[in-house]
Order: sequence, then structure tokens, then C-alpha cells
Amino acid sequence: MSHHLVAVDALRYVYPDGTPALDGVTFAIHHGESVALVGANGAGKSTLLLHLAGVLFPREGRVRVGDWPVTRETLPQVRRSLGIVFQDPDDQLFMPTVEEDVAFGPASLGLPPDEIEARVAAALARVGAEGLRRRPPHRLSGGEKRAVAIAAVLASSPDVLVMDEPSSNLDPAARRALIEQLRRFEHTKIVASHDLDLVLDVCERTIVLAGGRVAADGPTREVLDDAPLLARCRLERPLRLQACPRCGPGARPA
Amino acid sequence: MNALDAALAHLGSLDELAARGTPMARIDARTKVVVTVAYVAVVASFGRHELTRLAPLALFPAAVAALGDVPLRPLLLRLAIASPFALGVAALEPLLDRAPAALVGGVAIPAGWIAFASILARYALSLGAALLLVATTGFDQVATALRRLGAPRALVVQLLFTWRYLFVLVGEAARMVRARELRAHGRPLRVGVAAQLVGVLLLRAMERAQRVHAAMVCRGFTGTFPPRGRTRLAAPDAAFAAGWLAFFAAARALDLPALLGAALFGGAR
Repeated sequence: MSHHLVAVDALRYVYPDGTPALDGVTFAIHHGESVALVGANGAGKSTLLLHLAGVLFPREGRVRVGDWPVTRETLPQVRRSLGIVFQDPDDQLFMPTVEEDVAFGPASLGLPPDEIEARVAAALARVGAEGLRRRPPHRLSGGEKRAVAIAAVLASSPDVLVMDEPSSNLDPAARRALIEQLRRFEHTKIVASHDLDLVLDVCERTIVLAGGRVAADGPTREVLDDAPLLARCRLERPLRLQACPRCGPGARPA
Repeated sequence: MNALDAALAHLGSLDELAARGTPMARIDARTKVVVTVAYVAVVASFGRHELTRLAPLALFPAAVAALGDVPLRPLLLRLAIASPFALGVAALEPLLDRAPAALVGGVAIPAGWIAFASILARYALSLGAALLLVATTGFDQVATALRRLGAPRALVVQLLFTWRYLFVLVGEAARMVRARELRAHGRPLRVGVAAQLVGVLLLRAMERAQRVHAAMVCRGFTGTFPPRGRTRLAAPDAAFAAGWLAFFAAARALDLPALLGAALFGGAR
């Protein structure tokens, strides 16, 4: 048993059309960590997540999830320990009703019916979506779809929860609810996001990707306060860390 | 709101009626599928000049609509939308066959007009029954029932995905058409531009298909959907099937209107 839950070593990937996406990415994540993956559009965040889930395979370098190197042969084990919530819930909710969609993962694992039912109920309760059980996914609001997509991944009880832009297209209340839920999850979390205020709330560690490389890796508070670094990587300080326009230049919240 | 938005708005409205738990909704989906298929087969089996003998068969959709509490308006609207096909098939009949076939109140009705009415009646009854099946069962349940009844897995998966992503695809098309309209300043949609829109839609659909597939395999999809739900048929299901199938058989084998007429008026003649 390795003490790293997710380990990426010198990962290099070039898209089939020749576009380089990842150029030697290395990092390791421990049990229980909550890690943000930030970077400009095209920095390689989504590509990296697809490698973690074994949807893409590296040109060079290695990816490990739990006790398993990510290869075609180990995919069932990898996908049992790592659950990924995609950016567009419509891509993820493919079953006719919410409860069937949430049951899909546990049923694919071959669990007995009463266990599936218990997991569906628990997962929907975790995201506050118990009332949506019998609804067809295409009739849900954006926030409801996102909640159900997260429940659908939680139902398989992954060790690592990976999310791609979890707060995109959410209204402020749905975003706030999501942040509160994420803070309560005891899972190891990897969150790719442009929403740096969410990152500040949810993740204690931040990895900055720029041009397919790791530009910074450290405590969120320090990384997101490093204005020159953020500017180099086409990012900016979260609003909460910026000077308050009312209190005058230089004034900073405590 | 363009036509696509409007289509999207009521695309699933019939399907959603099934979620209300009416007496019809509680009948097992397989039973309803089998009975409906039998019904359509019996309706279609009548000859082209049969009209009166179709009349008793209207009882089935009427009963299903009543037990399922299905509103008539959306049902008739959908029948009307699809009616050009039936009208196109039936339109030539009155022109081709002018031989008098029946006397109604002293006026000779040509056989062609009877065939015309028969085609439309058979069209309305069978499509009506199919729409009522969806309105009382739900599209996904119909697909699942087909699978349980032994339909090929690929076909059923295809049906389910078509239904699920129809909404996404039509929504995407509606947004593209709207985006074009807002910058077209009143110029009509040209064929070339329409072809490009369809092309872009196809590419987007393919990209989405890849993302959906990735999401599925990430959650352990191996090619089959796990089975679910009630699998045993209950007594009401059996009674429903037996009753209606017997009625269809009787309507096919016997001339019910004539028998009824004989029973009511036979003594008077």
C-alpha cells in the first residue's frame, strides 16, 4: 500500500492533432487532502483529470490511483476508487430517472438490491436531492442536475472525488450550497476550477497549471495571494483576497 | 421563441403524464405493451373497405384514456401533427374507386370514400393507442418493457439514449437557430446555412457522445444496463391483458356491430 492516494509522475500528453496538453506534470496527493487544480483555459486541467480517470492514457510518465497504476488492465480497480464529476451534468446523467442514474454505479458494481437502495438514498440525502428521485434528468434545473451528478458519483463510494468546474453555471445560492457540501465531504478531493473563491473555501492545497506544467504547488492561501505568479498564469487573486474598494487602496480584510 | 423552442417545451409533456399513478399507470408496462401491439395488429388487419367493424375497437383507446386520465387536447394535437402521412396515403382512394358501395339515406357512397375513411380510422386508432401507451406508461418504461419482452439490447439502449438526448440535441439546435436569427436581421434561413447548422449539430452530437461514453465507463458501464423494478405480474395485469385480448379477438372474428344490431332490432324485423 503506497501512502500516496494519487500520484502523477512526469506525465506528458499530446493530443492526436499535435497540440501539446501536458508537458511533464508531477505531483502526489495524500489521503484526505483537498486539492484545487487551477489554471487558465487550455492549461491542461481537464486533460489531467481525464488521465486520472483513465479516459486518456499518458504518452510518457505514470499515473497511480490508490494501489494501481492507471492502465487499460487496471481500469475497473481505478474507477472503483476514483469518481469523477464531469463539467456538464447532461453528459453524466444518462439514465431515464434520477434514482436509476444514481443507482447505475452501485448496480454496475454488482451490489445486491437493498444495498443499492441504501446507497441511492444516502447519496441523494448528502446533496439534498431526495425529492428529485423520480424526475427525469432533462427536466431538472442546472443546480439540481449538478447535485444529482455528484450524488451519482458518491453512490459508488469512491476514495477520491474528482470534479471538473463544479460551480460553473450555478446561481449564487446553488454555488453556496455546493461549497457547504464539499466542505463536509470527508473524501480526498481534487477540484479543477476557475472559481478561486470556491477554491479558497474548499481546498487547503492548490496546484497551478500553466502551459501543461505545474507552475506552483502549495497551501491555497499562499498560492492565491501570490499576485505575480497568478498574473503569469492568467489568473487573479480571489475577490476575498483583493483590496476592498470601499476601505480604500491597501486595505485588506483580516 | 422559435419553433424548436416550442417543440422542446411540449416534447416530453405526454410522457410526464405517466408519472401520476393513475389506475392505468399501475398496470405492468409489459402487459400494456403486449396489449397495445396486439391492438395495433388487429386494427391493421381489417380490409380496406371495412369501416363499421372498426367502431367497437374505439372502446380500447377510450377506456385507456379514461382510466389513465389522459387529457384529449394534447392527444388530438399529436394525431393531427402526424395526420398528413395518413391523408397522403388515403387521398387517392376516392379518385381511384368510384363504384358505389353503400347506400346511406338514399345517397350512394363510393367505395373509395369508404376506403378513405377506413384508412384514417385505422391510422387514428393505432397511433392513438401508441400515444396512450406512452402517456400512461412513460417512454423509459416502455423501452424497459420491450427489453424484458426480449427486444434486442442494442435497440432498447438506442431508444433510451435517443429519448434522453433528444432534449439536449433539440435544445442545442434551438440555441443555434436563435443565435443565427439574432444576427440575421430578418434575412431568411438559406439552405446552405441550414446545412452548415446541421453539420455543426452533428459534430457537437459526436463530441457529446464521446463525453457521455467517458462518463459511463467511469461509472462502470460494461455494455448492459442493470435490471430494475418490479418483475412479477400481478392479478390485475393478467385480467387487463386477458380481457382486452379476448375483446380484440371477438372484434376480429365476429361482426360485432351486426350482432349488436340484430340483438337490438332483430326482433322488430
